[in-house]
Amino acid sequence: MSERTQYKPEGIADEFVTTSASEGVSTGSTAGGGDGPRLPVLGVVGWLRWTWRQLTSMRVALLLLMLLAVAAVPGSVLPQRGPNPDKVLEYLGGHTTLGPWLDRLGFFSVYTSPWFSAIYLLLFVSLIGCILPRVAAHARNLRGRPPHTPARFGRFPAKASAFSTASPDDVVAAVGAHLRRGRVFRVDLGAEDARGERPATRTVAAERGYFRETGNLVFHIALLGLLVSIATGQLLHYRGQAIITEGRGFANAVVDYDTFDKGAWFRPQELSPFSLTLDDFSSRFASDTVAFAQARDFTAYVTVTDADGSASKQTIKVNHPLTIAGAKVYLQGNGFAPEVTVRDAKGEVAFSGRVPFIPQDNVYTSRGVIKVPDVSKGLEQIGLTGYFLPTAVINADGTARSAFPQPENPMLVLQVWSGDLGLDAGVPQNVYKLDTATMTAATGSDGKRAQVLVAPGQTVKLPDGLGTITMSKDIPRYVALDLRYDPSLAWVLTFALLALAGLGVSLFTPRRRVWVRAWALPSGDTQVELAGLARGDDAGLQGEVDRALAAVPGADPPTNSATHSATHDQEEPR
Amino acid sequence: MTSEQIGNLSEVLVWATLVCFTIALVAFAVDLARRTDARTTSRAAEKELVGAGGPAPSTGSAAAVVEPVETPTRRRAAGIAMSTTVLGDLLLLAGIVSRGIAAGRTPWANMYEFTLVGSFVAVTVFLVVGTRRDVRFLGAFVTGIAAVFLTLGLNVFYIAAMGVQPALQSYWLVLHVGVAISATGVFTVAFAASVLQLLRTARDGGAALMSGWRWLDRIPTPQSLEALSFRLNAVGFVLWTFTIIGGAIWAEHAWGRYWGWDPKETWSFVIWTVYAAYLHARTTRGWAGTRAAWFVVVGYVCVLFNFTVVNLVINGLHSYSGLTS
Repeated sequence: MSERTQYKPEGIADEFVTTSASEGVSTGSTAGGGDGPRLPVLGVVGWLRWTWRQLTSMRVALLLLMLLAVAAVPGSVLPQRGPNPDKVLEYLGGHTTLGPWLDRLGFFSVYTSPWFSAIYLLLFVSLIGCILPRVAAHARNLRGRPPHTPARFGRFPAKASAFSTASPDDVVAAVGAHLRRGRVFRVDLGAEDARGERPATRTVAAERGYFRETGNLVFHIALLGLLVSIATGQLLHYRGQAIITEGRGFANAVVDYDTFDKGAWFRPQELSPFSLTLDDFSSRFASDTVAFAQARDFTAYVTVTDADGSASKQTIKVNHPLTIAGAKVYLQGNGFAPEVTVRDAKGEVAFSGRVPFIPQDNVYTSRGVIKVPDVSKGLEQIGLTGYFLPTAVINADGTARSAFPQPENPMLVLQVWSGDLGLDAGVPQNVYKLDTATMTAATGSDGKRAQVLVAPGQTVKLPDGLGTITMSKDIPRYVALDLRYDPSLAWVLTFALLALAGLGVSLFTPRRRVWVRAWALPSGDTQVELAGLARGDDAGLQGEVDRALAAVPGADPPTNSATHSATHDQEEPR
Repeated sequence: MTSEQIGNLSEVLVWATLVCFTIALVAFAVDLARRTDARTTSRAAEKELVGAGGPAPSTGSAAAVVEPVETPTRRRAAGIAMSTTVLGDLLLLAGIVSRGIAAGRTPWANMYEFTLVGSFVAVTVFLVVGTRRDVRFLGAFVTGIAAVFLTLGLNVFYIAAMGVQPALQSYWLVLHVGVAISATGVFTVAFAASVLQLLRTARDGGAALMSGWRWLDRIPTPQSLEALSFRLNAVGFVLWTFTIIGGAIWAEHAWGRYWGWDPKETWSFVIWTVYAAYLHARTTRGWAGTRAAWFVVVGYVCVLFNFTVVNLVINGLHSYSGLTS
């Protein structure tokens, strides 16, 4: 990604102005030029070289950057498989013609699709092709000296001149010392012999801002490092999610997670053997009218037992993950998991356990399913679906809703199904969904679906004589924990910060050249001329030249750069 | 005072700011028009001198003749505009601070507050640049955009002051969101400069549509507008890079991943890429100047899209507008 410069001042032929030369489309080994319009014949090597030149040209890099921006957009508009697999299915159901085509073209996983990957990989290849020669050029340049003082200053953007009573040698020494201060400029003092009409002249050539290109290269190389570390993280990472209720725990083993996700290079024995118990969970919600029921704080109090058996009490909050053995544990969700006991028609305990209900809104109207497969022989299996309401309010029409997220008046509102749960087919089922294909809903005497309301500590009869259901007095809370291990994080951060630093240096370091010519006039005074040149727009260039001017000893009279620059063209010796 | 009263005071201050910016907008527009008149006068004066049979003066001396005549009239409107802009900016600062006191937190956690702080940064950047060089020609555009932001904020995005949910309770709210808003403010001023650059280029190129827009002759040349826009965009780009990095660090703390292609993340990436393309375009032969300026326009449209449509229409983890759809 070479930076192109606009200006081509006389007398300067170096990297400052010639980096753009590589841009021209060279066809390599063109043959048969001269006799009429004929297509150039390119060998395989010629084509390869042509392709490489194209790919590493600024114009193609620009095109790829624009393509990358455009290609990223569909992923923000269409649902994506990674975060929202349900939404993708919903979309496919609603768009039966367009959906499958979009799916085939990878529009539901844009950021892993071949075309998106192709764009950014090509962009990085182009970047490498651009950076390598520039690193070499810059390495040479870092050891180089400032370019020779040009013969004429007339066309430079910043100029100044003065008369001095000091000798040319003293002027050059003083200005050179001024420019050397703080080691900002690289300074060369020179002398030219008299030639023709031109008198013997002392010169200063100074250049600053080598770090501009250094910053630019660091930025681009850091982007490359960023890509490599992200890719490495993808290969090495693992992430597990688990739902834990109060008083219970889990061990850091693949089987203990509800979902487990891993990179290609991950090995299960890398899981560090610790266990974690949820002691308590507390939540706080706003109760004022302005922000009613908005969450204000979630804290999970846990006990972590390390591999060596030592236990410690810790807390996990949103924004404050817990770090255990290099892995981070995040608090990603919470809710209620009422302890439910279902007895079948024969009075036998068919189900007993905690059932997590998933909050659907800010007042924790929570959805859940209770599957009761283990009924006594000869009875139909039972399924219960419905809601847990932390603060239940019964409306006039008999429907119930939750009014606040804290458990002030908890209640289970369930519909009852009986029949075959479909669990024996051996197909894995979603524990939060009830497959009612082979089940029938219990109805009340009015023909409507029967609803069962259960309060804490209550035992309620299920309709159709299916049995009873009991909810425990205490309602345990649960937390959804997300455990993540990614050894590349430190590298990702390092390269990101390097890129930021490189960017700042390359954009805000002025690259300037200052030249001085001083020669003795017949009157005995010394004529001093200064010129400045900058890379790109540089508002501070004239100021730099003026400061160098101020360092001229014995200036007589004190000079004004603006007026002198208008007149000095005529006085310049030819 | 109760926090509710402070919240109401904040709203009144923002309304007062809107009034100030509107007055400033009118005064800046009058200033631009006067400068156009002055230019016409100067041209007329030139013709008169020539017509009087005197030696044809160089442009420089003609300007010197006309300058003292036009100065007092032309600068009065600009003076009114600048002082109302400063007043409005101070009122807005007071409005933002009181909003923060009323909510008991950093005052940039929802869209309404974002419009307040974004406008404040844009106008402040304009005023700060104004201390170093005369950019009063930009005033009408900057105060205009700020006035539109505030109007939208007060009428569409407004919600009462309140605390924030646990995911936002982090010092990254100050850094990540604060820097994002600052970047937006800087991009706004740069956008105004680039639009003027494009208009001026079009008029200089003889665009028929622009033939009546004589005020464009009085703004700086496209080259100096480009330079101004670039300097601002360079600052904005670095701030935006920090926004993305800071956001990634925060996402790592709050959501357990540093990057997840959430719609807001995606659009931040798109904006970053567009401005990166702009920085490359202005140093590529055949793309510098006018074409590069179009990148600034596209980039700023993406910034606005990211702020409005992505917040309100596309739902993601970043939906913190506080508005119920």
